[in-house]
Amino acid sequence: MSIVSVTVGPKRGWKSVSTWIGAAIVGVAMICAIAAPLLVPHDPFAQDLSKRLLPPFWMEGNNPAYLLGTDQLGRDYLSRLIWGCRISMLIGVTVTVVSALIGITIGVLGGFLGGRVDDAVLFAITTRLSIPVVLVALAVVGLLGSSMTLLVLTLGLLLWDRFAVVARSTTMQVRNLDFVAAAWCAGCSRFRILSGEVLPNIASHLVVVATLEIALAILLEAALSFLGLGVPPPLPSWGLMIAEAKDYMFFSPWVIVIPGVALFVLVLGINLLGDGLRDLFGARSDP
Amino acid sequence: MLQFLVRRLIVAILVAATVMTLAFILTRLSGDLAISIAGPNATQADVEAVRKAYGLDRPLTVQFFDWVGRAATGDLGESYFFKTKVSKLIGERMPITITLGLTGLVIALVVSVPLGILAAVRENTALDRMVQMVALLGQAMPSFWLGLILMITLGLQLGWLPISGTGSWQHYVMPGIVLAFSAIPALTRLTRAGMIQAMGSDYIRTARAKGLSRASILLKHALRNAAIPVVAIAAVQLGFMLGGSIVIEQVFALHGVGFLAWESIGKNDFPVVQAVVLVLAVIYVALTMLADLMNAVLDPRLRGP
Repeated sequence: MSIVSVTVGPKRGWKSVSTWIGAAIVGVAMICAIAAPLLVPHDPFAQDLSKRLLPPFWMEGNNPAYLLGTDQLGRDYLSRLIWGCRISMLIGVTVTVVSALIGITIGVLGGFLGGRVDDAVLFAITTRLSIPVVLVALAVVGLLGSSMTLLVLTLGLLLWDRFAVVARSTTMQVRNLDFVAAAWCAGCSRFRILSGEVLPNIASHLVVVATLEIALAILLEAALSFLGLGVPPPLPSWGLMIAEAKDYMFFSPWVIVIPGVALFVLVLGINLLGDGLRDLFGARSDP
Repeated sequence: MLQFLVRRLIVAILVAATVMTLAFILTRLSGDLAISIAGPNATQADVEAVRKAYGLDRPLTVQFFDWVGRAATGDLGESYFFKTKVSKLIGERMPITITLGLTGLVIALVVSVPLGILAAVRENTALDRMVQMVALLGQAMPSFWLGLILMITLGLQLGWLPISGTGSWQHYVMPGIVLAFSAIPALTRLTRAGMIQAMGSDYIRTARAKGLSRASILLKHALRNAAIPVVAIAAVQLGFMLGGSIVIEQVFALHGVGFLAWESIGKNDFPVVQAVVLVLAVIYVALTMLADLMNAVLDPRLRGP
């Protein structure tokens, strides 16, 4: 299979539609994330106990000033949702940057150098896969206290495996191609070949992995925050919103439906976009 | 074959040793454990007493090799909070986690194998696209949220299933469904890909030429070949599920190993935390080894030179 030539596949109707839907969702999420302070209709942290648990606009007894209602402390739900999108995107992207740096470095080194180095890289990947991610992340945050920086570093240190696997296997394929041999003959240094020949040719695969990893990191952050060991309150992480609203869910189900649907739609959008990119690049994201 | 086994075993032991080291470092991250165990109101003398009682006054290397030495003989230390052997605690809680994991795996297989076959048989039709869409939807579903939604709908509104606890087999249905969601996308895709590959192979053409029935070709010939990677990945997925069940055990108040770990993290009960990390890692390594072994037994081509 050719991995070097970037083949633009035929745009099959539904596939391109789903890619565009994914891109639109990700676009909206990015706007929300960047412009959150300008977009929020109310202060997402301001409490007003006289207006607690107002229902959203499609239900009886709603207040038009609070489109998605309010939470158990009277905070505007739409504002918290937008602010939560900022947190999700921030964590998804930063975790992926950290894990990409680690995973791509060791994957490319293993695939390029081979031999003992590659054995060590394979061993590192095997070990990493055997570590239960959620448990270890919970333990680190539980022992060291919750903060955004710690959360990002912990997840970044735990989620590099797919980057490493894909970087390693694609580097191995590129390494043996003619233009790399030509670069060797031309007297290029190892560093020059890695940065000038190998990396640009495996980049498309890594972009696809990155989308999957952003989605995974967002889901994991929500799960950790839900368990109370992720983003510290009162920051409105979607996972934390679901956890805080859990006690009211049997009487006002929308308090958990709204942040949950937001989380689901965002992750689905990122995955749809990643799927579309994979087809576009003819790339592989699975080991 | 023997050489293959020995090599896999050596790697497995090395992985377990590395995880042990990491688990040990992990629990020492918080700095002075004696202070966190003694609590916020402890005096200096209390902290010293705790440090002596738990052997935390010894050098780190001594503590480490003491732990490794004991763990190698099956002694995982004593819980600070429960005041019992950690191995006994984990032994009591493990059946719940394993029951949950197996329930999830069975549900995942029952859903994804037929879906994968269906998608493969009707490749590139609307049905195929729908199955792939289901896989994508499953991938995007936050498991803890799905758990809560099922509790509201199946539990409260319809009253079909109990909401939390471990009293009867019905208690495992909802958490099992939630856990299955994490494995369904991968298993469906793999079944589909395996079936498509098998259906395009020479032996299927031969079977067709012999005039075998469609069902016989699908189930006897194609599925049997497509099943090899699916069975192997199912074993690996079970390992992931056991590690990931911590969130679901918390949602449904199932007092399994994950719940134990979650409680212990809150109480700074670090012998339990490091032991659970180690046990889950060892189970995962054993399951991947089993998967490799099954692959090698079922498919001689993979055994290598």
